[in-house]
Amino acid sequence: MENRLLIVSSSPHLRAPENTARLMAEVQIALIPAFVASIIFFGFKAVGIVLAAVAGAVLTEWVWQVLMKKPVTISDGSAVLTGILLAFILPPSVPLWIPFVGSVFAIALVKQFFGGLGANFLNPALAGRAFLLASWPALVTAWVAPFDGVSTATPLVSLVPKAGEVAAAVPGKVELFIGNVAGSLGETSALALLAGGLYLLWRGVIDWRIPAGFIGTVAALTWVFGGTNGPFTGDPVAHILAGGVLLGAFFMATDYVTSPVTKKGRLIMGIGCGLITVLIRLYGGYPEGVCYSILLMNIATPLIDRFTMPRKFGEVRAR
Amino acid sequence: MSNHSFAGGIHPPYRKTTAQQPLERATDPAKVIIPLQQHAGGPCQPLVKVGDLVKVGQKIGEAQGFISAPVHASVSGKVTAIAPHDHPAGGKVMAIVIESDGQNELAEEVKPRGDVDSLSADAIRQIVREAGIVGLGGAAFPTQVKLSPPPEKKIDTFLLNGAECEPYITCDHRLMVEQPDEVVCGLRALMKAIGVSQALICVEDNKPDAAQALREAAKAYPGIGVMVLHTKYPQGSEKQMIKAALGREVPSGGLPMDVGVVVSNVGTAVAVARAIKEGLPLVERAVTVTGSGIKNPRNLVVKVGTPFSDLIEQCGGLTETTAKVINGGPMMGIAQHTVDVPVVKGTSCILALDEKDVRIEPAGACIKCARCADACPMQLVPLFLRTYSDKGMWAEAEQANAMDCIECGSCSYVCPARLPLVHSIRLAKIQIRARKQKK
Repeated sequence: MENRLLIVSSSPHLRAPENTARLMAEVQIALIPAFVASIIFFGFKAVGIVLAAVAGAVLTEWVWQVLMKKPVTISDGSAVLTGILLAFILPPSVPLWIPFVGSVFAIALVKQFFGGLGANFLNPALAGRAFLLASWPALVTAWVAPFDGVSTATPLVSLVPKAGEVAAAVPGKVELFIGNVAGSLGETSALALLAGGLYLLWRGVIDWRIPAGFIGTVAALTWVFGGTNGPFTGDPVAHILAGGVLLGAFFMATDYVTSPVTKKGRLIMGIGCGLITVLIRLYGGYPEGVCYSILLMNIATPLIDRFTMPRKFGEVRAR
Repeated sequence: MSNHSFAGGIHPPYRKTTAQQPLERATDPAKVIIPLQQHAGGPCQPLVKVGDLVKVGQKIGEAQGFISAPVHASVSGKVTAIAPHDHPAGGKVMAIVIESDGQNELAEEVKPRGDVDSLSADAIRQIVREAGIVGLGGAAFPTQVKLSPPPEKKIDTFLLNGAECEPYITCDHRLMVEQPDEVVCGLRALMKAIGVSQALICVEDNKPDAAQALREAAKAYPGIGVMVLHTKYPQGSEKQMIKAALGREVPSGGLPMDVGVVVSNVGTAVAVARAIKEGLPLVERAVTVTGSGIKNPRNLVVKVGTPFSDLIEQCGGLTETTAKVINGGPMMGIAQHTVDVPVVKGTSCILALDEKDVRIEPAGACIKCARCADACPMQLVPLFLRTYSDKGMWAEAEQANAMDCIECGSCSYVCPARLPLVHSIRLAKIQIRARKQKK
């Protein structure tokens, strides 16, 4: 037999077909319905906002990696995803430099400062939004109605009227469900987000524990404490359909890097996000709490992992 | 679908294309290379010298110590060399090279030993030890050691492992389909040696024909049942098999006998049956020669010591673009740097993979997707173990249960960042063991 050169490597010699880029692409596919909904309700400005955010994210990652003489990894799709997600949680009325600057912050300070993909401890898109909210609060909370672009309040403001305010009527459930309401670019259409979320669950990209824990907790707590006529008079359906719960539960809190790796931990993550969201919505100063709830749980993630390590096979736990 | 299963595990593509190819006897090799170590445990002392004439079944290497197994000549002919030779498990090992005279003359001691019912437990253990029988599933642990549990361990069930969970491999499948009576006969001998009356032959549910053949063969023996298990890798790992079949968990650091079980492979049972019925030591075994790099994949009965190159030739040779040749399956097998290595007792498969199946992708960053943790059949968290290992944090790796890793490779298989997780954990295990020995 002729002397041929054989490849020698450590087992296993088979690898699953999915790779990181493929997983990122799956999430992007799952976001297509929400993107389409944003164009329908807020016009082609939505495309501009998404493009500005993606451009900011990819450019920043590229410039950073070139300057730091690191391998350029923009093709793995993670920067693109950060850009899309950041665009989706901004109002449709923002000037185009806002998503761009937010993405620069998200990629440079939140992701690359801590070591790049896999090493950041906060969700870059959410941290980017928090940065924009702190820096240009008026621009980032200027909500407009779908189609006509007239300034208006979001349904969440109507759901939880502050003392002394006269509550505007909460939009109907159908409007909330299809997304024909004021809100962030990609989070108004519950229908589109549910379609995307179910796709991710079906493809095995995300675990059910985080979205189930998140949405379940929000539903339970808003039903019990969210009403104006005493306990158990709240409107959990409106609380889930309005605001960022669905986008957060399916696409933000499930971010692998910043959520627990243990199964029990993921459930705790979901419940914690739901709890903090409701706390902020009902008793906090902001109408919406999804962004901060996830960021706070991101910070708790290493601790959650540490305390929820699975019982290993054959382990005899000391009593 | 069977619901006898375990937590974790993966579903790789099984690619058992040779499942319906009957076992065929390989052409006799012109020379065999018999390493003096083909088992877990101490190496053998050679009993012959260069120039000696040997016969089939003649003991040519004596076991040293309790955990060891003798080796025997698989052909008749002349010893031409006793020198270090490339071993399919890696490195070079002292080996006896025998040039065959083509006669296959049997040694005088190769003669029937009686039947299972008349032999005593001690006699069976003795036959198994002298026949050099080791676990043929791949780990090659000397079988007689398993048959001698310490008296304080009460064994109540024997599990015969016919899972064959590694992709590509079909030699055990063929044995079960074609020689179910031998399997059952060997199993009865093993049961008698340990003194257990209950046994289950465990087969994955992707081999219904094997389960059916075994059920037929075991009909006459009420203590022997056939259990069909869910098809999932690594179902054939003994701890996972015990969990799936009996619901018992082998304690961390323990052995199957700690939960009253002894596990052995179906191929081992066939070897035991032949050692009793014919008196033939373990000098041949079934091997699947397959993979995208092999032109005509086959299941062969092969003499121990036959060079891989001989068998590959008999299967049509390697394709032009073969990139890897593996001793064993694709999940736990060992990649070879040459095809001039012999089949050893633990060689269940010669797997040649074409370039298209050998994707070498650069490792990326861990995105903490936890697929490895979900896949780990030992419920470890490989991504943390890898971090500790790569940073040289051996104490932390040990604390995170690195020593419980069974090295099945499920973590590396699922990793979307293509990280060599199990490789890092293996490294940690070696370091942890070395540090323990130093103390």
